[in-house]
Amino acid sequence: MEFNINSPVLFILSGIVIAAVLAQSIFFLVKAWKRGREIGMGADKLKKVAVTASIFTIAPAVAIVIGVITLSKDLGVPLPWLRLSVIGSLSYETIAATNTENAMGLTFGLVSNLTAKQYVTIATVMTLSILVGVWLSPLVAKKVLGGMINLEKRDRKWADIFINSMFIGMISAFLGYIFSDVSSVARGSTAGLIPVCVMVVSAVVMCLAGLAVKKFKYHWISDYALPVSLVLGMLSAIPITAWLG
Amino acid sequence: MVRLGGSIMNTSYIDRVHKWGKAWNLSMTGLMLMYPVIVGILFNALPDSRGLLLGLLATAPMYWAVGIIETFTYIPMLGAGGSYLSFVTGNISNLKLPCALNALEQAGVSANSEEGEVVSTIAIAVSSIVTTLIIILGVILITPLTPILQSPVLQPAFAQMIPALFGGLGVVFISKNWKISVAPVVLMLVLFVFVPALNAGTVGIMVPVSVLFTLGISRLMYKKGMLD
Repeated sequence: MEFNINSPVLFILSGIVIAAVLAQSIFFLVKAWKRGREIGMGADKLKKVAVTASIFTIAPAVAIVIGVITLSKDLGVPLPWLRLSVIGSLSYETIAATNTENAMGLTFGLVSNLTAKQYVTIATVMTLSILVGVWLSPLVAKKVLGGMINLEKRDRKWADIFINSMFIGMISAFLGYIFSDVSSVARGSTAGLIPVCVMVVSAVVMCLAGLAVKKFKYHWISDYALPVSLVLGMLSAIPITAWLG
Repeated sequence: MVRLGGSIMNTSYIDRVHKWGKAWNLSMTGLMLMYPVIVGILFNALPDSRGLLLGLLATAPMYWAVGIIETFTYIPMLGAGGSYLSFVTGNISNLKLPCALNALEQAGVSANSEEGEVVSTIAIAVSSIVTTLIIILGVILITPLTPILQSPVLQPAFAQMIPALFGGLGVVFISKNWKISVAPVVLMLVLFVFVPALNAGTVGIMVPVSVLFTLGISRLMYKKGMLD
């Protein structure tokens, strides 16, 4: 069989793995939904969770499609489609592909026709280097979450603070990252302020949504506040980049 | 993940989730590994030994280390079902975890409860399904979509997804937990502004650092009665 980075066989192979990912998601969705109903959670409440999650996901998912398009220039469509549908990201896959292509004397972004050997090498490195979480989570999740259960039994208040601290720790790291290029202002470039301004727009939108809920009792707003702040923040990046970029 | 309405419940559901999760994730590990193997067999191609070795040496050590730390960091936040799904479908910090946090917040349930386990699993499962379907749509429509999604006008919007996401999320969580937020936010701001090595590529490494620091500060404040 003659190799081509967009061979129909590769689409079929990627499709099989992605179908399994979809099946796993549907399986856990059904099980959690049934459990929710068993413990007395209303169907309306669960439906609201699902609808909010769907709306929230649209913009980030479109960004992932852009990642597939970007990587497809070197690697064809099936491999990026697979890699970005399972654990992976544009930045990781780019680094893995660049490292492997460099090792084979190629330059990422300038490859026109990969051979089957080169393609298999890149796919192997991409797969092996990122699989840790997939196989490690089944080995340690029960123990880690068992620790949380014990913590909850010993000191419920501290357990709540513990989990909130983890969330805050994660959010703090990303807030710090948003400011990582601010120092470029000292060198005369204002581009480092773009992410900060976008963050401020998103935060203001969220504050306004919170005010609308509190003042006017528009509780439905809170369901869509995060996706709306995300999309408006992203859209604000267009004029902000034109201004500061 | 055992509290429901203030009482400790039996863990039989969680035990079953772990059993399903183990079966699914170990099967998915095998399935993902089969892709390069089957491509190699079908096209009669072995990996280039030099490319494989040097590619792995340059890529794997860092991502294995980050993967191990991320696994232990994210599991308590994602819950059982959410963890098994998220570690297969990826995009944890920029999609699955914020999605679960938002769902918990909207549903008004604690992550440390069985309701929280149910809500975060549903949010992450739905998010995974929607993402997969949108990517499939993107692949089918790749030719007409490419000039639109890669247009210079739209590019800044997608480049700034993280600030747009964490601006809103930050307001919600910091306003509710401001006492424990001040120190980690200040520390991360100072580190990211003044240490040039910290950037988009290293933010993943800084998440566990920030989480550990926040836990330490919170424990100290809790012991001193500052969080009553």
